[in-house]
Amino acid sequence: MNNSLGREIFANSRPFVSANAFLKEKRRLIPEKPTSATVRFYDDLETAFRDLAIKDGMTLSFHHHLRSGDNVLNMVASLIAKYAIKDLHLAPSSIFPEYKLSDLILNHQIRNITTNYLNGPVAKTIAGGQLQGTLLMHTHGGRARAIESGDLAIDVAFLACPAVDRQGNGSGAFGINACGTLGYAESDLKYAKKVVLVTDTLVDELSMWQFDHKYVDMVVKVPSIGDAGGIVSGTTRITRDPIGLKIAQDTAELVRELGVIKNGFSMQTGAGGTSLAVADAIGKIMQTQNITGAFASGGITGYFVEMLGKGLFQKLYDVQCFDLAAVESFRTNPAHIAISASKYGNPFETSPVVDDLDLVILGAAEVDLSFNVNVTTDSFGNIIGGSGGHADTAHGAKLAIITSTLAKARIPLIKSEVRTITTPGSDIDAIVTERGIAINPNRGDLLERLKGTSLKIMRIEELMDLQHRLGGIPKELPKTNAAVGYVEYRDGTIIDTIYRTG
Amino acid sequence: MRSFLFVPGNNPSMVQNADVFPADAVIFDLEDSVHVAEKDNARRLLRDYLTSHPSLPQKVAIRINAMDTPYYKADLEALVADEIDYIVLPKATVTTTQKLGSDLFALEQKRELNKHIDIIPIVELAASLVEVCKIAATSRVVAILFGAEDYCAEMEIKRTLAGEALFFPRSQIAVACRANGIIAIDTPFTDVADDEALLKDCHNGALLGMTAKAAIHPRQVGAINEAYSPAQDQIDWAKKVVKAEKEASSKGLGVFSLDGKMIDKPVIERARKTLAKAKQYNLAGQDDE
Repeated sequence: MNNSLGREIFANSRPFVSANAFLKEKRRLIPEKPTSATVRFYDDLETAFRDLAIKDGMTLSFHHHLRSGDNVLNMVASLIAKYAIKDLHLAPSSIFPEYKLSDLILNHQIRNITTNYLNGPVAKTIAGGQLQGTLLMHTHGGRARAIESGDLAIDVAFLACPAVDRQGNGSGAFGINACGTLGYAESDLKYAKKVVLVTDTLVDELSMWQFDHKYVDMVVKVPSIGDAGGIVSGTTRITRDPIGLKIAQDTAELVRELGVIKNGFSMQTGAGGTSLAVADAIGKIMQTQNITGAFASGGITGYFVEMLGKGLFQKLYDVQCFDLAAVESFRTNPAHIAISASKYGNPFETSPVVDDLDLVILGAAEVDLSFNVNVTTDSFGNIIGGSGGHADTAHGAKLAIITSTLAKARIPLIKSEVRTITTPGSDIDAIVTERGIAINPNRGDLLERLKGTSLKIMRIEELMDLQHRLGGIPKELPKTNAAVGYVEYRDGTIIDTIYRTG
Repeated sequence: MRSFLFVPGNNPSMVQNADVFPADAVIFDLEDSVHVAEKDNARRLLRDYLTSHPSLPQKVAIRINAMDTPYYKADLEALVADEIDYIVLPKATVTTTQKLGSDLFALEQKRELNKHIDIIPIVELAASLVEVCKIAATSRVVAILFGAEDYCAEMEIKRTLAGEALFFPRSQIAVACRANGIIAIDTPFTDVADDEALLKDCHNGALLGMTAKAAIHPRQVGAINEAYSPAQDQIDWAKKVVKAEKEASSKGLGVFSLDGKMIDKPVIERARKTLAKAKQYNLAGQDDE
């Protein structure tokens, strides 16, 4: 069966129709979990694990706010191995290279995985066809939608929580491994059948919390939930690479020419070096023109904290902190506001934050001539990430811009057809590369406004041809016939299939 | 021309992307930024790049090694070709500049090139500064690049942000270039992370009559282009003067008053030059006539 983008998807799934198809649907909500249970406190995870009576085939969820510094998932993984539980469905919001799940996959103790982003050894194991069941990849907003609707039913949520009080309330703002906001886990908290907060810091009382004890079944005190220093891994500072800076400058110029930078505007960028350079360039324009934005959102870095401090934005809406400067800001600055993944990007949420974005700057591994974007696999089919908030923000923001070099290690960015569609081209407005800018022909309004500017506007086909002249045309690696997973669009439809690497 | 960007000749990723930056010219370097052990590789890389890359910078310059080094001849042999616009000669004197002109002529003839390669001498020795007018007047010389680091080292003086130490050489070079109708390229600013200081340094050079500046990092190019382009208020003023001059001329007036100030021939000439520059850099807008 093919979806509307011509991608073959598995038989019993709902095919992707369009980015706006969800508007015709009603929000589905399962009841939040009963809240009458008292919170039980444990001194070791193994006892709690036994008391949970975890059985073969259950669904266990985790969040990834400690990113590469997380140790809770690994501790639970050790217990799964020890107690020989089989056929589990694991649903962490992301999977980082440090997460030790490959052996559990190879031993068939984990049968299915649902996540928003993965790379490293687990990604390699799955792309190699070793997962017995299926990999399902959500967007951040889509995961919240799946949980609240019951599409992703969670038996036990193991939630790393940097500080917990004696009532069982939990916060990410305090503790020796404070990681800031806990936005990805709010849906798990409210809808999982059992919720376990795993902490290394128990306090008598918290001045503020994000996890309300009424949803919590167990609190487990462990020596360490990980290393908060690891949350910065995978993110960078402003690039010093001249090409990245050129792309950033051109992006800022494009945004300025389009009249986006004005009082009350809102934006989001990723945490990559070029994205932050775009933020820096836009920040300079804002300072020069004395402009104050309404808010910046997303994963928040220290750079946006600085912009907030300079008064360039009135608020930060933060679903996850990308570094310790953001953690500190979240703890101390009331204008730095935690939001849940649902409030951030769930299409069925009333006014999700992404819908209020004027501008989002995103990356891409591949883009095709229809502007479809792949951030899930590379051109060889290796799983290198996933949507995260990519598809959510691209849809919600009034202007969605992809920034990338025209080639990466001689592999062209622009292809006739991307290997995997993560975000539909209908939601992408512009692609900025070091050699030119392509505007989606659907956005005639943008093209009209850019007439007469000094920006180098090219058709996307011209950009692709230019790269082919510069670096040649690489031979396409054929896809195998074996599906290892599926990319789910934010509305729950299947937008593409992920195939086993050759 | 406003900006001349140095790119190390032995760095493939920088070389292949040299054309994406808004520099008016790129100087591919074979001298200081290329280690002795890398000279051969750099020549080969640049030769291959220049003959095969489908997109070259607007203007291509090569900084060769100085004439008193063992690399000078090999640099010319490897790279003199139709793709080159300028040879940048370090530690230039009148004698070495003239000799380079002869060597270029011989190679152009031998290779039957379709073009005439120009020379940009680097004035970085006290002796060169003394004879800079003669260097500027030498055949093929289209610009002079001031090299402040070597100059300061030889003079045993310290370069400061305020630019006092460079007042004389900048002025001397600027005057020599103006007298010969060629480009005066100011020395690069070496702190690539300090954008504010770069602007100040650009201002220091422009104030004394330098008309362009070398960049040692692509991030400096934008600021240099801006500093050496006419500002919008200057362009507006120039348009106003030229328009008023046309009206005055139709009435037979050589001197006239505009906004309470007397406008005469030198002022009109300055306005015309400003407009010409603005047009050259696409800054004049559509109603510049």
